[in-house]
Amino acid sequence: MFKVLRLAIKNLLRYKRRTLLTGLLIVVGVVAVIVFSGLSGSFKQAIVGQITDSVLSHLQVHRKGYLASIDNLPLDRMMPPKAFEKLETILSGAEGIAAYSPRIKFGAMLSNYTQTTNVRLNGIDPAKEQKTVPLLASRVKDAAHDDVLLKPGEVLLPEILAKGMDLKTGDTVVLVANNKEGSVNGMTFKVAGIVESLMGPGGRDGYLHIDDSVALLRMETPEISEVAIRVKNFGNLKTVAGKLNDLVAPLTNKQGGPMFEVHTWEQLTPFYNIIRMIDVMTLGIRIILIAVVLISVLNVMMMSVYERVREIGTLAAMGTRPGRIMALFVAEGICLGLAGAIIGSLIGAGILWIMNLTGVDVAFGSNNQIFTLSPTIAPAEVALTCIIVLGVSILASLQPAAKAAGLEPVEALRHV
Amino acid sequence: MNLVEFKNVSRSYQMGSVTVAALQDVTLSIPKGAFTALVGPSGSGKTTALNLIGCLDKPSQGEVLVAGQSTGGMNRKQGADFRGEKLGFVFQDFNLLPVLTVFENIEYPLLMIRDMPKNLRRPLVEKVLAAVSMENQADKYPAQLSGGQKQRVAIARALVGNPLLVLADEPTANLDGATAKTVVELMKQMRDEFGTTFVFSTHDPRIMDQAELTFHILDGRLMDGPAGAKEVDHV
Repeated sequence: MFKVLRLAIKNLLRYKRRTLLTGLLIVVGVVAVIVFSGLSGSFKQAIVGQITDSVLSHLQVHRKGYLASIDNLPLDRMMPPKAFEKLETILSGAEGIAAYSPRIKFGAMLSNYTQTTNVRLNGIDPAKEQKTVPLLASRVKDAAHDDVLLKPGEVLLPEILAKGMDLKTGDTVVLVANNKEGSVNGMTFKVAGIVESLMGPGGRDGYLHIDDSVALLRMETPEISEVAIRVKNFGNLKTVAGKLNDLVAPLTNKQGGPMFEVHTWEQLTPFYNIIRMIDVMTLGIRIILIAVVLISVLNVMMMSVYERVREIGTLAAMGTRPGRIMALFVAEGICLGLAGAIIGSLIGAGILWIMNLTGVDVAFGSNNQIFTLSPTIAPAEVALTCIIVLGVSILASLQPAAKAAGLEPVEALRHV
Repeated sequence: MNLVEFKNVSRSYQMGSVTVAALQDVTLSIPKGAFTALVGPSGSGKTTALNLIGCLDKPSQGEVLVAGQSTGGMNRKQGADFRGEKLGFVFQDFNLLPVLTVFENIEYPLLMIRDMPKNLRRPLVEKVLAAVSMENQADKYPAQLSGGQKQRVAIARALVGNPLLVLADEPTANLDGATAKTVVELMKQMRDEFGTTFVFSTHDPRIMDQAELTFHILDGRLMDGPAGAKEVDHV
């Protein structure tokens, strides 16, 4: 094998300029794939991180049917207290769950005594919420407290409303809400911070203490809208979700149907489609790379066979088996692809390393939120790119190699 | 003992609607160790005869036996193995591999065809290099050699595997008279040194006289009597 590769390398170096140009095409393709994969991967990671760690969390459990009308924040589809107790017991014992946070979601009227507007609110247990969505605190500007998100009697208002109503930390506001029976209640709250907007569901919600939500909605016992869950290992999310689904499945409502539904973050946000779009674009770049390698290697190998017909005839006449002649040409394709893949991978990894040092700022979303990307690429992904290039190089050289091996020695020796 | 035998061999080619008879009803024998010339003008059928001996082509009719083996029934792989094992080739245009040095060119059949280990290859290559007086040019590439030197390398390459038979198609056609004579003398010397049978084609009257056995071919047929052969010297 080594001797075949050695001869293949010598033959490639015979046409230095052509080999260099073809190799360069492959290198550029590989660099493009690696840099794009690194950037898109870190972009995905940044978006997913923001969405899951500051709003949605990894998993959510709702009463069956709640999610279908979540836009209306229905108060009549909350978890019954006993059912929530059972769910808590399950969550406390379930494997792979790092933290969970019950939320009461509802709509209210916000007044600063001169203006009134609608606001979506989450009643939360601040300690549990912070464990479940640890980045939420980083979104709170002008926070009243360093150690806790908010205290009873306080509210965190979404930035867009605070700006519109000229509200700041320390101001007093009135929240008025209807409970599920339709009675209206109002309470005053102190603004404990302004929550930066984030794209996606829940990104423009306000927060108050769960006990205040119970009081405002005049609940006799707390009724929970959703339970946000953080898993220990994000990579095991599907497994944990599956197990949790199995655990809650036996809990049924009065009609005998399932009481709860479990959703992963992917099912909760339209941004998952953007993630998928990025994956499709990465696939597209890979397909372009395959086309570049296929066409360039095929072209160079066909030229090589055409220019060396007499030489092939000589090799055959001397007794070189057709299989070995084929191997000689396939080896040239392999060497070309391998060299391009290795050099391209090194350059691509170098570019990512430099980007990592400098950081790449990307504005995203309607409010141009800035993400600082730290692009990295998994070694497995680099290996996959190299394997693709190598595989396509072999594929592209097979036809010219088969043509070379199939040449009749007599005809080949006569070729001018 | 005959190394090569043609029994009523014909070879024709289809060129469009015309059938061209390259060789017609040729019967000949070449004994082992003979320094043999196939002589005739261009297009007479010399190369076709060499190709048939070299298992590069198959007869349309008749039988070609080389070292007692009929070449007509061999498939491509068997033909390649037979050539690699028993035959050596010298070409008019030398056909050296330009990316390999003189040493590597000569080494090629042992390395790539016979898969011989390095410790066995090296002495064989050095032996033939010395035999053709090219030991000082071993590291040069074909492009750095003269025509005569290239043909010496080609002869060394043909001989390195110690074949039964070396086939040379117009080996002196691209050489000047003096070099051509030297090359033919070298081939003869190699025959004497290695005991290898040489069959070469030529239409150069200056070198055909060097052959010990000459077959004249004209329009695909053997001349000079029914056997078509003319023993020149001491075979």
